[in-house]
Amino acid sequence: MEILVYGTINSVSLALMGLGFAMVYGISRVPNFAHGALYIICGFVTWTILQKLGLPYVVAIFLSLAVNGILGILMYRFILIRVRGMNISEIISSYAIGLAILEGLRYGGFRGMTYTLPVFMEGMVFIGGVPVDYHRIIMVIVGILLVGGLWLFTHYTRLGLALQGMAQDERAALMLGIDSDFMAMLAMGFGAVLAGVAATMILPLGNIVVESGYHVLIMSIAVCIVGGLGSWIGAFFAAFIIGFAQILTVVFIGSHFQMVVALLAIILTLILKPSGLFGQQKELEDRV
Amino acid sequence: MSSQTRRKERIDRGIKVRSEGLYALMSWREMAYLILPRFMLIAGLLCLPFLMPGMYWQRVISIVCIYAIVAISFDFLAHYVGLVCLGGAFFIGTGGYIAGIFNAYFGMPPVLTIPLAAIAGGAFCTLLLLPCLPLRGVYFAIVTLMYPLFMARIIEAFDIFGGTDGILGIDSFPSAFVEQYFVVGILLVFVFGLRRLVTTDMGLIFTAVMDNDQAVRASGINITYYKAMAVFIASAMGCLAGACLTHIYMWSGISQFALDFSILPIAATVIGGAGTLVGPVIGCLILVPVSELLRDFGTLRIVFYATILVAFILFRSDGIMAFAKRKYEQIERWTQI
Repeated sequence: MEILVYGTINSVSLALMGLGFAMVYGISRVPNFAHGALYIICGFVTWTILQKLGLPYVVAIFLSLAVNGILGILMYRFILIRVRGMNISEIISSYAIGLAILEGLRYGGFRGMTYTLPVFMEGMVFIGGVPVDYHRIIMVIVGILLVGGLWLFTHYTRLGLALQGMAQDERAALMLGIDSDFMAMLAMGFGAVLAGVAATMILPLGNIVVESGYHVLIMSIAVCIVGGLGSWIGAFFAAFIIGFAQILTVVFIGSHFQMVVALLAIILTLILKPSGLFGQQKELEDRV
Repeated sequence: MSSQTRRKERIDRGIKVRSEGLYALMSWREMAYLILPRFMLIAGLLCLPFLMPGMYWQRVISIVCIYAIVAISFDFLAHYVGLVCLGGAFFIGTGGYIAGIFNAYFGMPPVLTIPLAAIAGGAFCTLLLLPCLPLRGVYFAIVTLMYPLFMARIIEAFDIFGGTDGILGIDSFPSAFVEQYFVVGILLVFVFGLRRLVTTDMGLIFTAVMDNDQAVRASGINITYYKAMAVFIASAMGCLAGACLTHIYMWSGISQFALDFSILPIAATVIGGAGTLVGPVIGCLILVPVSELLRDFGTLRIVFYATILVAFILFRSDGIMAFAKRKYEQIERWTQI
């Protein structure tokens, strides 16, 4: 029962981390290695607004999500748009941006254990004999609502359909009058907002530390690779596989091996089935 | 755009055209023109240990050379074989650990451990990367980025080879001069050796694999074999650099798998000029001392070189080397349209 409950919670938090990365890659084909940096920066912006400006928590969260979205859009508009389509340059430049943000934050004095966000709701409840605090339950609900919302958004709204069209075939989308650069910019913005949502959900459970930016990047890449790069539904299911695998290793082998599981999952997936669980379209192109 | 009535025109210098091919042998001037850049590189690198004030900066020279070796191995793999390997730290760490193990546990001297680390480490890395060789592009980049992290976690989790403390008490080089001239010499051998290699038949196959691997396969050439060969060459170079690093610091540990060793060589390659094999050396000669100078600023130096990296990718994506080559070989002038 413990495994089931904590496995689900862990999986949902992994899914939250991975969704943004999967969305950006799926639509604009830009591997956004600054994902972890966006995640951390959202936490710090929320903290700053909450502690320094003294605005209410809800306002702080929405403001920082907006800031994150704008940051993502600016990043795409001014930097990534110039290197789009060049794999190496995309990876190197987005990674360099992420590195600059994270290390800049570290230099700015954001380190140590002092930065924490309050949880949404104190207290806990017993599910089948396992104590779970309310915040984790809210996180699971938000995660599932988010995935449902995304599914509805990409299937039933004009904008969502345009994004999906671009993900499937960029040239055909261009012919049908979808502005691909604008859409890619929006996708980047959405990805940044999703990273921010993950941050506001997960960060109150611990401290805001710069190192977790790298951790989030690795985990989101793991989730996306296993699920198939660019398929966010795949990323969601892969999050459950990796999440439960991690909890099982923690219970039966030891918590040191938690990270090994994720990395092993990436390497094994790439070797056995590079297109991942749900990604089909790139299979022929990227394998010899 | 109608207001623009003149443009810049680039024409090859006469001496460059005259010194092409066998005609270079006709005069000393043309030969000097050809030899000068190579000579400057060799002489400059050999003089560097003398010019440096103090022990500290001499140590920096050794570190520059080690980064440069990793950088040219990245450049070779990425631009002559088409495998973008973001895991320079994987090679450094493997080489470093092998040298450390043989030296500290079996008591072998550095003369034996360094070549051993290069060969065994190269074989080990190639073996581990073998299953990933069919991958290309983003996929290969990501999987190689994960390998060093994975190795570090494995060592941490199993608590082998000293665990998080690393292996201590490793022999150093006999003297500082031996250390510097050894790494400088190795670097020069690798730069000129690789330049030779990419023009041989084997180099031609490497380039062909990068351009169109299906065509190479259709010609009856085993591409996996050639990719494995290229990975072996590059990883042996990286492992050798790692072994030198271990002996310089007299320590090998998990931080040799850190991302620094993957990122800085790539940054140096981008800044120096990708695909030139000399560019990475120049990039390292600039980046590593700058990052040493900025050591007082702590992590701000990483921000600094990440910014330089992005700026170079956006505005000068061909790097310093291509710029210098253009200035050396061509004249520029404004012409009326």
